[in-house]
Amino acid sequence: MPIWTLYGLKRGIATTAWPGKDNGEVQPGVLGLPRFESDRCQENCRACADVCLPGAIGIEAAHEAERLTLDYGKCIGCQLCTESCPNGALLKSEDWAFGVRRREDLVWAEALASQPAQELTRNIQRCFGRSLHIRHVDAGSCNGCESELQALNNPYYNLHRLGIFFTPSPRFADLLLVTGSVTYAMREPLLETYNAMPEPRWVMAMGTCAVSGGATGGGYSCANGVEGILPVDVYVPGCPPNPAAMIHALLLLLNRAAQLVHGGYYAK
Amino acid sequence: MRGTVERVLDAQEIPQACERLVAEGARLQMAYAWFPEADGSAEVIYLAARGPHEPFLLLRCRLPQGSRQLESMATRFPLLGWYEREIQDLCGISFQGLPEPHPLVLHEGAHPSVPPLDPRYPKDEPLPFVSEPWDLPPMEGNDVQVLPFGPVRADVVESAQIVFYYIGEAILHCHPRLFFKHRGMEKRFEGLTPDLGVLLAERVSGVDSVAHSLAFCQAVEAASQCEIPQRSRYLRTILAELERLYNHLHYFGHLCHTTTLKVGEAQGKLLEEQCKQLNGVFTGSRFLRGLLRPGGLRRDLDLRALPARLRALEPQIEDYMAAMEATNSHLDRLITTGHLSRQTAFDEGASGPIKRASGIGRDLRHDHPYAAYDRFAMEIPVRAEGDAHARAQIRMEEIRKSIAIVLAAVESLPGGPVGTEIGEHARAEGLGWCEGSRGSIYYCVHFDETGRFRRVKVKSASFSNWRVFPFTVHDTNMMDYAINEASFGLTMAACDR
Repeated sequence: MPIWTLYGLKRGIATTAWPGKDNGEVQPGVLGLPRFESDRCQENCRACADVCLPGAIGIEAAHEAERLTLDYGKCIGCQLCTESCPNGALLKSEDWAFGVRRREDLVWAEALASQPAQELTRNIQRCFGRSLHIRHVDAGSCNGCESELQALNNPYYNLHRLGIFFTPSPRFADLLLVTGSVTYAMREPLLETYNAMPEPRWVMAMGTCAVSGGATGGGYSCANGVEGILPVDVYVPGCPPNPAAMIHALLLLLNRAAQLVHGGYYAK
Repeated sequence: MRGTVERVLDAQEIPQACERLVAEGARLQMAYAWFPEADGSAEVIYLAARGPHEPFLLLRCRLPQGSRQLESMATRFPLLGWYEREIQDLCGISFQGLPEPHPLVLHEGAHPSVPPLDPRYPKDEPLPFVSEPWDLPPMEGNDVQVLPFGPVRADVVESAQIVFYYIGEAILHCHPRLFFKHRGMEKRFEGLTPDLGVLLAERVSGVDSVAHSLAFCQAVEAASQCEIPQRSRYLRTILAELERLYNHLHYFGHLCHTTTLKVGEAQGKLLEEQCKQLNGVFTGSRFLRGLLRPGGLRRDLDLRALPARLRALEPQIEDYMAAMEATNSHLDRLITTGHLSRQTAFDEGASGPIKRASGIGRDLRHDHPYAAYDRFAMEIPVRAEGDAHARAQIRMEEIRKSIAIVLAAVESLPGGPVGTEIGEHARAEGLGWCEGSRGSIYYCVHFDETGRFRRVKVKSASFSNWRVFPFTVHDTNMMDYAINEASFGLTMAACDR
């Protein structure tokens, strides 16, 4: 056993300074969800919508022309639209902190109406201070989200340092973190877990499947995510969201980070 | 089906043909059913692998119109049991004499009007489901306790339920209840084009995104008789090995977690994180997604800086593995734990590192090379012990091999384009395969007359290995269970689909 003590000491601190210090390079190179430059979008072109498997990009009739609609809550970040757009209106980006409190904020709104400032949920702060205990339920994911959730406790992200913990029992949990599009077989265990949690309690839909069904919603065995099954407090699209995006969303819930996406628009 | 040698047989001829095959040294790999004609008649397909470098053999059995019955072969070839039960659940074909006739993929209480994989079942109709009591093995005796563990289990893990029958510390019988995560992935391919289908294949199992999409792309390419450029073959090989690398490092982090080797756990997970970050830097995706497509790759990659980054990690990985192998408290928990005999591994269908740890030296990369694997020397590490330690040692050897292959492939990476257009594929069929980090993956694709998918069958490594796993748990003890499960390195998503 002494070799492991020495081993650990020699290895030193592996934890990232993010999000304590400003460190934009926490996920170098990782592509996020595409950015939409509306003024470059060509009317009556369906190139992007035709290659969108989960239907995040749609076309709706507006006045005389057709208009593009974009819902990040359905986006699986496959990047096909950025490769098929002839005009560069959809661009690859490194935008990944897509956690939001209201589902509508993931839908691209042409007119960027000034959103009402997000109310501080005093309740959360009063109850938990700055700490949080999470019960995770896999309601039918591809295991991508679990892989990144497990990464939160590795020495690099070291979630404990932020006062956030995973708990084995729902009895001690403040937050129910759901991944997957909710299969018929997981619906009941999911509800039972929620009912076993003491109030006040919160629900986070983690990953595009849990937000909207994504690529695996509907069909004979799945629902379209958690909405309509449990009341969702924070939505985090991404396929899967990277660990930093997950941490951002958890801090957003605790009012320790600002929401970056409003009306589908990503503010840097 | 392209990529195979076919034999068309009557229902009565199938058992004899299988027996002959196995006597000749072949091994059955999987079975599935589909509905090729509008009249609703079904066809059941059996896939068998003969020796290395011999083509796969496909037995096709067309059932007469209106017939939905076959003889079960599960008593003779036990690994077929799960496939027959799956066909029963999803395609409505019943098997006479099936030793475990109860549902497998669809849970008790799911009663579809038409079997879900029948084309008449609408793609978007939810399954009617009211939960019913489960078919569990009956148990007599006052001292035996039954513990249903899951589907929501401690820690961040995938959903599954393990039912233990136990006395004190001794496990009498272990009965996994899986398929809580059954998402109907195979049905989702119906009607899609190959370019969109690959996105689904990447999402069958997130941590095996490359392995699944590679097997899928190769099946489509076989069907359309498409030769992909050399550069894309090399790049696919590199991506597949990078995937194996981060998965195996995760495996050791998790294994150390179960043996309570805390620093070992931290180091394994840190090395996994470093590999995922490398994936992100060089490909834009920590899971290496969004790169493969039928016909090659979607875009070229600049990997010139990769060897230096990988060489910097290599000594850390070597040190880490050496430290684990020198830790008695860790080894004590692994040696002799969860023993799997060669015979059971063969009969029940063990796959990948699990079968290689039980003395079966098969690896698709070597036996049926794809991508650019024929360019690299492939020795297959094999252990005869069949215990948790052997399963871990196989993965250590594979980590070394993966790094060597990536370095050699980047070194000899040819120039040129990375993609081509796939050929005409209306009504075509193809088989694709891949040795993922957990074992063999097979995709069978059937196109319709418009060049869209009519049926896609996915055989994952975890489906095979979950079937085998309980044989190593019966008659062991509770204390070893978590270690044994970790030593298998299973996923639910790929098994349940």
